[in-house]
Amino acid sequence: MEQEVRSRKALEWDLGESPVRELNNYLHHGLAEDGVEEVRVLKPDGAHHIAVGLDAPVKVEVMGNAGYYVGGMNKRAEITVHGSAGWSVAENIMSGVVRIEGYVSECAGASGHGGLVVIEKDASSRCGISMKGNDIVVGGDVGHFSAFMAQKGHLVVCGDAGDGLGDSLYEAVIYVRGRIKSLGADAQEEPMTEEDHATLADLLGRAGFDHDPGEFKRVASARKLYHWNSEHDQEY
Amino acid sequence: MTDKANGEVTQGETRGETRDLTHALPENDAVTHGGQESHLYNRDVQAWVRKAANRGIYDIRGMGAKRKVPHFDDLVFLTASASRYPLEGYRERCDTRTVLGARNAKRPLELDTPITIAGMSFGSLSANVKEALGRGASAVGTSTTTGDGGMTDEERRSSKMLVYQCLPSRYGFNPDDLRRADAVEVVIGQGAKPGGGGMLLGQKISERVASMRTLPAGIDQRSASRHPDWTGPDDLTIKIEELREITDWEIPVYVKIGATRVENDVKLAVKAGADVVVVDGMQGGTAATQDVYIEHAGIPTLAAVVQANAALEELDVKGEVQLVVSGGIRTGADVAKAIALGADAVSIGQAVLLALGCNDHVWYKDGKTPVSAVKDYEELGTKPGMCHHMQTGRCPVGITTQDPELEKRVDPEWGAKRVRNYLQVLNMEVATLARACGKSDVHHLEREDLVALTIESAAMAKVPLAGTDWIPGVTGF
Repeated sequence: MEQEVRSRKALEWDLGESPVRELNNYLHHGLAEDGVEEVRVLKPDGAHHIAVGLDAPVKVEVMGNAGYYVGGMNKRAEITVHGSAGWSVAENIMSGVVRIEGYVSECAGASGHGGLVVIEKDASSRCGISMKGNDIVVGGDVGHFSAFMAQKGHLVVCGDAGDGLGDSLYEAVIYVRGRIKSLGADAQEEPMTEEDHATLADLLGRAGFDHDPGEFKRVASARKLYHWNSEHDQEY
Repeated sequence: MTDKANGEVTQGETRGETRDLTHALPENDAVTHGGQESHLYNRDVQAWVRKAANRGIYDIRGMGAKRKVPHFDDLVFLTASASRYPLEGYRERCDTRTVLGARNAKRPLELDTPITIAGMSFGSLSANVKEALGRGASAVGTSTTTGDGGMTDEERRSSKMLVYQCLPSRYGFNPDDLRRADAVEVVIGQGAKPGGGGMLLGQKISERVASMRTLPAGIDQRSASRHPDWTGPDDLTIKIEELREITDWEIPVYVKIGATRVENDVKLAVKAGADVVVVDGMQGGTAATQDVYIEHAGIPTLAAVVQANAALEELDVKGEVQLVVSGGIRTGADVAKAIALGADAVSIGQAVLLALGCNDHVWYKDGKTPVSAVKDYEELGTKPGMCHHMQTGRCPVGITTQDPELEKRVDPEWGAKRVRNYLQVLNMEVATLARACGKSDVHHLEREDLVALTIESAAMAKVPLAGTDWIPGVTGF
């Protein structure tokens, strides 16, 4: 492991000297030419759009707090924020990992198609809204309306969940360890299956939490909203 | 109607739908029996109330507002005569070139015409139709737009210039398609249903559509009305920046709004950084939404273009931010009038579908042999010319469908030629009117070239009532 780290070509990028636009441009076009595999972003100071639109197996370490959209639309990259972040962390993530060591604001992991988002502390409201296949693991609590209209993937909440959890859920599955203030329309608690235990154990392990999957509840769609006019034989 | 012989009541038809007339008064009975039909509760209204009571659910349909509202038809051009001279109608150059999105993007769209194709989803439309639109538009040098279902390879391949919509649902939205788009359009709302989300009923969710939208096949899909990762205008500013960062500031960012509080919304879109603002009036179409939305929300396109233009003028960004107007644009005259009132370009949805045979009584086998579709319209409870049943997926002419057999009714090559012809006619009409007004560029058309035929349209368009110098609300009272 140490050998690997020593051989990896690393780069330090000071946002105080070269702004986000130049950083992103480099992350999009400059990595391959330079053979850089790891970028440490210094002095982020809450800047928006850090490391968005990446499509490379690069490791990005953000050494402080990030603003909106950090890791947005990520593909393949492994991005870690050593601090907290604003709205819409890793929105529309496709693959790779985006990890926030602190807290995040609204809409974390919104509409992602794949990959893993880890929030080590709390996430605000609408975490995992409209998710389409990504996995999100939150070490603390999530705010209201989390996983609203979530289509596919998993939201793991190691703390408590706010009002309206899983409102209008499609096929995404939510696991909650703590209290659920209220469930949203068409969301229901269901028994945990062996498959759930295995899925959850894997997600917790990848996220770096050692909770017992047996402590979690499963929330999924009751599928009563799937047919908008089910009582009327599709007569719209 | 009552069958006089046996007193049985049969079904009647109104507005293309089967209507229950079980309890309606037979014709002439009103006079015979001394009654009088109410204007407020006429037989249409009565039938609607009974249908609501019977079904317990509201109507879903396609197309746009069908009610009569002030429109471009209510304006006419004051073409040249002695006070100004026209350009020679066929020979003198009249430029239709249109550039969209030069405000911030490195690669603005350079179109040969001010007429573009509006966003319509794969899902609501078949793959053949999307291909025909792309090829037809490309043939006249203009752009097409994706819709609420992502980008298909067919439409990317067939479209020289393709605008990629970023919608609240984000179905199929991904960075690869974003980077291969020529522009991105953040859709806040649409004219047919401002404030509402999209809808695609189960019968149109084929395996391919379901897979693109990450949904189970066959379910009724409701699209969100609000974006998942931003809410207010300040957040929109940051969202637009994110899209620019992901695309390295290469492509233009459009913002599309449904026409309601147009002046405020256009100003906010400009402030948020839009290169192009698209304003869709209440006549704008949809594949499926609640009828009550279509007819009772939003303002007419005529009023919307004027308010949008006023907002751009107030912000002093005319020429910097382009205005695209849609919602009921049908003819070259509509295009010319929209431009004269301040639009830089227009966007067309329903009319290009009509060009492909929507509501026609026939479809063309292999693009050649006409085949009657009347029976298929009857099965939908409607008839050619009155159909708005896009939501069913049973389009009699194979346009708004995912049915493998029905979609064969549009041959892409035939369709591409129809779209090209139609757009070409519109472009020629715009240039003809512009030349007649003495303009060497269609974008030189101006409000001063127009007068109104009705007081309402004069007030909305802020042009004089024909034969007077009266602009209601502006001059006199």
